[in-house]
Amino acid sequence: MAEIQIKNVAKRFGAYQALHNINLTIADQEFMVLLGASGCGKTTLLRIICGLETATEGEVWIGGRRVDHLAPKDRGIAMVFQNYAVFPHLTVFENIGFGLRMQKLPDDEVKRRVERVAGLMHIEMLLKRYSGELSGGQRQRVAVARALAMEPDVILMDEPLSNLDALLRMEMRAELKGVLAESKTTAVYVTHDQVEAMSMADRISVMHQGKIVQAASPIEVYRNPAAEFVASFIGNPPMNFLQATSAGDGKWTVAGRVVDGPKGAGKPLQFAIRPEDMQPANEGLKARVRIVEPLGAHLLVTCDVDGAMFRAVLDSDMVVKPGEILTLAPQPDRVRWFDPETTLAVA
Amino acid sequence: MAAPVPHPDKEPDAAPAASTRSAGRLLYLAGVILLCAWVLVPIYFLMINTLSAPETVNSFPKPFFPEFDLGSLQFFAGFAGMLAALKNSILVAALTMIMSIAIGSPAGYALSRFDFPGKELFRLLILLTRAFPLPLLALPLAVMFIQTGLDDTQFGLALVHTTLALPFAVLITFSLFSGIPIELEEAAWTLGCTRLTAFTKVVLPLILPGITASAIFAFVISWNEVFAAAVLTIENRTLTAFLLQSLDTPPLHLKFAGGFILVVPALIFIFAVRKYLFAMWGIANR
Repeated sequence: MAEIQIKNVAKRFGAYQALHNINLTIADQEFMVLLGASGCGKTTLLRIICGLETATEGEVWIGGRRVDHLAPKDRGIAMVFQNYAVFPHLTVFENIGFGLRMQKLPDDEVKRRVERVAGLMHIEMLLKRYSGELSGGQRQRVAVARALAMEPDVILMDEPLSNLDALLRMEMRAELKGVLAESKTTAVYVTHDQVEAMSMADRISVMHQGKIVQAASPIEVYRNPAAEFVASFIGNPPMNFLQATSAGDGKWTVAGRVVDGPKGAGKPLQFAIRPEDMQPANEGLKARVRIVEPLGAHLLVTCDVDGAMFRAVLDSDMVVKPGEILTLAPQPDRVRWFDPETTLAVA
Repeated sequence: MAAPVPHPDKEPDAAPAASTRSAGRLLYLAGVILLCAWVLVPIYFLMINTLSAPETVNSFPKPFFPEFDLGSLQFFAGFAGMLAALKNSILVAALTMIMSIAIGSPAGYALSRFDFPGKELFRLLILLTRAFPLPLLALPLAVMFIQTGLDDTQFGLALVHTTLALPFAVLITFSLFSGIPIELEEAAWTLGCTRLTAFTKVVLPLILPGITASAIFAFVISWNEVFAAAVLTIENRTLTAFLLQSLDTPPLHLKFAGGFILVVPALIFIFAVRKYLFAMWGIANR
């Protein structure tokens, strides 16, 4: 049982505020992904949980125990590093067993545990090798096995797949998800790759400029972004935005068309829709096609709507030519609204 | 990696370009040979004379090949005080080696791992300790040593030699520690190590060869040092100081043998650790 609670954590590096008042609870056995662009503070937050960095303010609790004053070794955590950090002077066996040896476990127990996790990560045949004799993917497996061998309450991962090539990354992604689900540990996973986040997470915390903008399930983050940043960060291509002006109660004018929207509020809003949530129809937004990119599974069309860039993902059988005018009907239940002043979602 | 790519020569002016290049090459080779000869010829003569019988050494013309006669070396070994001086040299050098690593490597670790105000200035100041000419310091040092009772002791001399070797120990170990990714240490901390055990179990095994090299370099610095040794010791002279003192008295073959005994260990040691001395200046390709 290890729930992680982060209470009012802030971090300053000199005058630079890396984290602003972070509050986050990660449930026992939950797979939490910290997602954000580089420099958003996600790695700093992970390192504060780990104990490699100390928070300027706030508390970190793991499993009902306050740990922010404890050394990493006393927190019941294990960490997987981006560059693997496999010890070059030890064999794979001794790398995986390193933490167990530090706990002074008997030889046969070390051997049993190392062999178990090596089997889990499919590296039984590499146990006698040194790090220099391994490929990147194999080193990655050793690093994960070394963390799992500790049987930690919490496993922390800092962009563990970012140094692997695309194909291997996809393979490891699925494997890691399976292994972690089976190990029943709480996992905190840092990444800048939204596909990784969407595919692995129970919950995603989207971070921006040292704050958590939204913490929710992948589908919730995708469907109901809490802020413009989330809407434009998640999804490839990201959400489309159009200016909307009030046209009376619950009616809004978007690109010359009147659509239903939030009630009240006289000030302008942002109308937002995902590129795949539009269909060609007789009635809808007039879009001048600029670029057509056939992507195989579908057609990515970049158009001009009311002077703003607008992308639509259409069926790959459609014939669309640049210069053409498309009429695109947004799926009404997928339309989202944002307040341009606060950048937050409006219900 | 980014070596300039020579322009492909066009046919008409290929010949002059080629001749310029071969001339440059010739000059380069001549330079290399000259520099090698500058270093190697004296050492060669030293070796010939050391490995020749005393009579040959004092006669003329000199032979170009050694006779492999150990007479000079035997005479050297039998000369009064010589063996004691050799023993002193080894003892002082060993003490210097231990102290400069014990003091220098923590400094190198701190420079590589921690950010603190004045870090760059500190690095500069370390080198500046070598800017003071030893003769300037010798007299005050001698006075101070006499007052504290450190004069004419191997330990006292080793202290002076340590200050001479310390800048190099700090810089070499700094570069060694910088070559070890901090993540290796951090990984060790998360796996149950304290800062100390992470150091002994992960960092130390990885830098041990480099530390050895740095230690040997400190040994050589002490071994070769003559000025402080001559000023600060009287009874417990090191080999360099002893030879300097007896330069005008003994026969020629003794000086050659002494010189040889001094040069050879230094040469071998420096050759063994050359890779790490380059590392000190950050141009190693480890």
